[in-house]
Amino acid sequence: MTREYMTTRDIVGPLLLVENVTGVTYGELVELEFPDGTQSFGNVLEVNGDVALVQAFQGTRGSNPSQTKVRFLGRGLELGVSRDMLGRVFDGMGRPRDGGPEIMPEKRVPIYGQAINPMSRDFPDDFIQTGISSIDGLNPLVRGQKLPIFSGSGLPHNELAAQIARQAAVLERSDDPTRVGPPMEGDFAVVFAAMGITFEDADFFMTELRSTSAIERAVLFLNLADDPAVERIATPRMALTAAEYLAFECDMHVLVIYTDMTYYCEALREVSAARKEVPGRRGFPGYLYTDLASLYERAGRIKGKKGSITQVPILSMPDDDKTHPIPDLTGYITEGQIILDRNLHRSGIYPPVAVLPSLSRLKQKGIGAGKTREDHADLSNQLFGAYARGIQAKELAVILGEAALSDTDQAYVHFADSFERLFIQQGKHEDRSVEETLALGWELVALLPRTELKRIKDEYIDRYLPTKPHEYHPGEADTNMTPGIPAGRDGMHNEILGV
Amino acid sequence: MGQGRIIKVAGPLVVAENLGDAKMFDLVKVGKEGLMGEIIEMRGVRASIQVYEETERLGPGDPVVPTGAPLSVELGPGMLGAVYDGVQRPLDAIEAIAGAFLARGIDAPGLSRDKVWEFTATVSAGDSVSGGDVVGVVQENEVIEHRIMVPPALSGTISTISSGSYTVEQPVGRLRTADGTEHDLIMMQRWPVRIPRPYIRKVAASEPLVTGTRVIDTFFPLVKGGAGCIPGPFGAGKTVTQHQVAKWSNAQIVIFIGCGERGNEMTDVLMEFPELTDPYSGYPLMKRTVLVANTSNMPVAAREASVYTGITMAEYFRDMGYEVVLQADSTSRWAEAMREISGRLEEMPGEEGYPAYLGTRLAAFYERAGKVDCLGGESAPRNGSVSVVGSVSPPGGDLSEPVVQNTLRVVKVFWALQDTLAYQRHFPAIDWLTSYSLFLDKVEPYWFENVDEHFRARRDQAMAILQRESELAEIVRLVGLEALSDEEQILMETAKSLREDFLQQNAFREDDQFSSLAEQNKLLEVILHFHTTAIALAEKGEPLKSIFSAPVREQITRAKYLSAEDIGEYDRILSDIDTQLVAGGPAVAAAAEVNA
Ligand SMILES: Nc1ncnc2c1ncn2[C@@H]1O[C@H](COP(=O)(O)OP(=O)(O)OP(=O)(O)O)[C@@H](O)[C@H]1O
Ligand SMILES: [Mg+2]
Repeated sequence: MTREYMTTRDIVGPLLLVENVTGVTYGELVELEFPDGTQSFGNVLEVNGDVALVQAFQGTRGSNPSQTKVRFLGRGLELGVSRDMLGRVFDGMGRPRDGGPEIMPEKRVPIYGQAINPMSRDFPDDFIQTGISSIDGLNPLVRGQKLPIFSGSGLPHNELAAQIARQAAVLERSDDPTRVGPPMEGDFAVVFAAMGITFEDADFFMTELRSTSAIERAVLFLNLADDPAVERIATPRMALTAAEYLAFECDMHVLVIYTDMTYYCEALREVSAARKEVPGRRGFPGYLYTDLASLYERAGRIKGKKGSITQVPILSMPDDDKTHPIPDLTGYITEGQIILDRNLHRSGIYPPVAVLPSLSRLKQKGIGAGKTREDHADLSNQLFGAYARGIQAKELAVILGEAALSDTDQAYVHFADSFERLFIQQGKHEDRSVEETLALGWELVALLPRTELKRIKDEYIDRYLPTKPHEYHPGEADTNMTPGIPAGRDGMHNEILGV
Repeated sequence: MGQGRIIKVAGPLVVAENLGDAKMFDLVKVGKEGLMGEIIEMRGVRASIQVYEETERLGPGDPVVPTGAPLSVELGPGMLGAVYDGVQRPLDAIEAIAGAFLARGIDAPGLSRDKVWEFTATVSAGDSVSGGDVVGVVQENEVIEHRIMVPPALSGTISTISSGSYTVEQPVGRLRTADGTEHDLIMMQRWPVRIPRPYIRKVAASEPLVTGTRVIDTFFPLVKGGAGCIPGPFGAGKTVTQHQVAKWSNAQIVIFIGCGERGNEMTDVLMEFPELTDPYSGYPLMKRTVLVANTSNMPVAAREASVYTGITMAEYFRDMGYEVVLQADSTSRWAEAMREISGRLEEMPGEEGYPAYLGTRLAAFYERAGKVDCLGGESAPRNGSVSVVGSVSPPGGDLSEPVVQNTLRVVKVFWALQDTLAYQRHFPAIDWLTSYSLFLDKVEPYWFENVDEHFRARRDQAMAILQRESELAEIVRLVGLEALSDEEQILMETAKSLREDFLQQNAFREDDQFSSLAEQNKLLEVILHFHTTAIALAEKGEPLKSIFSAPVREQITRAKYLSAEDIGEYDRILSDIDTQLVAGGPAVAAAAEVNA
């Protein structure tokens, strides 16, 4: 089935136009051999009569029209999958990169995958405890969700993603609505895909995973900053193909972290520009939405299958701009987003999660009685509302001075500050149980007059509101609450809890 | 029919030649697997085809077979409760054949050929009938009576007809046309999706589509037969709002098109609707619902077709005399599908790469909404309606982009979602200052008759308060609340109450997700009554602090959670306002106590 040609006519960027071919099909895998002996994989982007347009994943450096060998392999781009992938490191095309032996595949699977039939999906509703309050309390992640981290250069998205990967645990269902079930043992795996990130960043992940020996349950696909750019189009698909195998054939709960989507999109743009396609916004191709969806929609659960795929893609927003097409289109596809904020980061808060614009759309299905605790949804709504109000009050205070605020508004300002420093702020290795997170939330809402707790059902207020409310009185000297308290958050936690 | 050959494959677009006398918009079968495609351009012997399935591994030389018919949907018993892809393939049948992942080349008819229905004839031999006339009925489920109609283009005399058990293809009778030819009457019709189904005439619509969402019903109502759009950035609440309308609106049939959106959202509907009870019929919501699910990762050409598939089904139920509401989520993904195909055809792009015909296509789609005198039914005239709500997903939330702008030219209701409201968790995040409904005057008589003669006035007063709040907020921001007069400060409080106690509505709280018009009216009355009473009291010199600390305010905050049976409770709150807000009354006493 293999046919070899030396009939390349044009080479433009990562593309080759090959003439006088027969039997070529759309999407077919191509092997390229350049005069200097280097090899590249490619696939067919378009075929018109006897002319094929091929995109070279490893680039076209070293090729020339007359001496480049183009072999059409009669199949699409595939990944050989097996359980033995666990604990291994591959390059962006799925070849071993760790010096270990080739995988003996159980089967070869096309990396472009097939869409899950919407009828066959099972709705994601198992709460994942990440141990991070700003996520668990307010924007919880559930199994089978796709929840990206919108970040910017210099922000600690890698630390956050690694912390999620280390700490993620699923809780057993609890029959008692007032109690949270214990963490559950499960067959989990982490699939990590690097697209265009630096060696240091990739190494950071590997070290973090090693620190908890999660590395043995991890599969890594690395295309680093100095690896070929166009290969990045294949890398996340390699990772997702591995994840689908582990999830739906080996019954594992797979967390897929891939970073950085921005470099992935730039690779797509490069190919699109070389094809002279009509560009969409900022030069990205008009089909960027569809292309991104073909990755993100590979998250989920399937009825009758034990495993699941949860995705946490990371993207750095160019210029911290959420309306840039990459975060924008991502947000339109994913089930929420965790947004990191530079100002919080500057004020020393880790993780600098901007909770208001962050969102988990699957929250309502993943929390509440049985899954976490009955008061979770109401409490989180109240925290959101109060924090939003506090931020507004702070803005007012900037203009008018704090004294001009009403007593209630002053209480909100105080709430917002405490919320950032006690609830959002936590250690990079601090793993808070969801009870701890909820308790912290209740302590914080107790800073407000009870009549302000409009979003919480009375019965929950009666049951959970701390009896000795640490009520705040404007003007009260409140040393526990002064800003800028350094680490040792646990100590502060105790202080606010009054223990 | 002859057989052509592929000469070019570029993504979802295939070019073939020698398709004989195939015509524009005919369906063809592409490749050895017979993938479904549609001819969208013809140049000489070459035809460009958009393929409704993945085109991987197709290549020049592969066969293309014309079918001689345009893309059509099958209409008849069996649609309710079904889930279709964008070209009406039933996803459950595909699952049964191919498993959890969508394999291509699988063909399954839109209507089951095996299922037997109980048909009851409502005409007799010798009756003369014409297109649209109902000749019999099938009780499709507990809720919906499926009316079997004469296909639009047919008329004549019934020669035979009999009640009994039939599949959708078996003749229930025969009809003789004027020229003497006999036609089998079967329960299934086919209709080309790109052509609107005919009706006698459009009529003015004036009955509100009650959705149970307060900000919509009271402030920006849609009518049965109207069209509206709901633009907003990601996460602002388009889908949740559309689900709310699909769940609680007083339409009889709901068509929901998931056009290039998330798989899990479809699953959500699929799992929830069979469990939820339709407040009007008492049966599960799924019994009145048809889903068209062409998610973002399903083929883009089928996404383009999905809105047509959906609206054709909606028109068919309208023709039976039903009130249908169709939701398309999201029309932007449909527009993008057009853009992608247009790009592959190398057409001259218009604004932002969209084809120049974007505006025409959008307008033609929304024009298929409306209330009509249905075709047929000379003896028993009937009305039916299709209301359309389309979500729009503008890049970066920028409303000046072409899809929003072209949509606003044709729809009469605009529910503008604001991300700033969503960040504050003010849901539904419908911006009360920029949204509008051009149906207000149309529904006023209905409100007058069926809700309360003062409802319109209350609505307008509330709107004016909110408008004034936005002006005053500017002043407060600069110089503080103290700069405002007592009356203005009361207005600010009332506006806040309107926002929090009326406009905010949690779609996930059972005691909040649905408000009847009667409840909406009462809630508004309560809030406004407090407002007027407070102003009167302040004029008499009562300090604001004591007015605002009246205990009844707590009751107002919780009033929206009252259930429909407790409607009398509102009158109690009204009278509590009167008893508490009197100079030196209990409120003042209570306040004095607190201050002491
Ligand atoms: N009426 C409501 N009540 C409570 N929560 C709501 C409401 N409307 C929206 N939300 C919240 O906002 C989230 C996002 O809403 P939704 O999915 O409808 O956004 P969208 O506009 O459709 O976004 P996208 O364009 O990305 O599809 C929901 O998951 C929910 O948490
Ligand atoms: Mg949506």
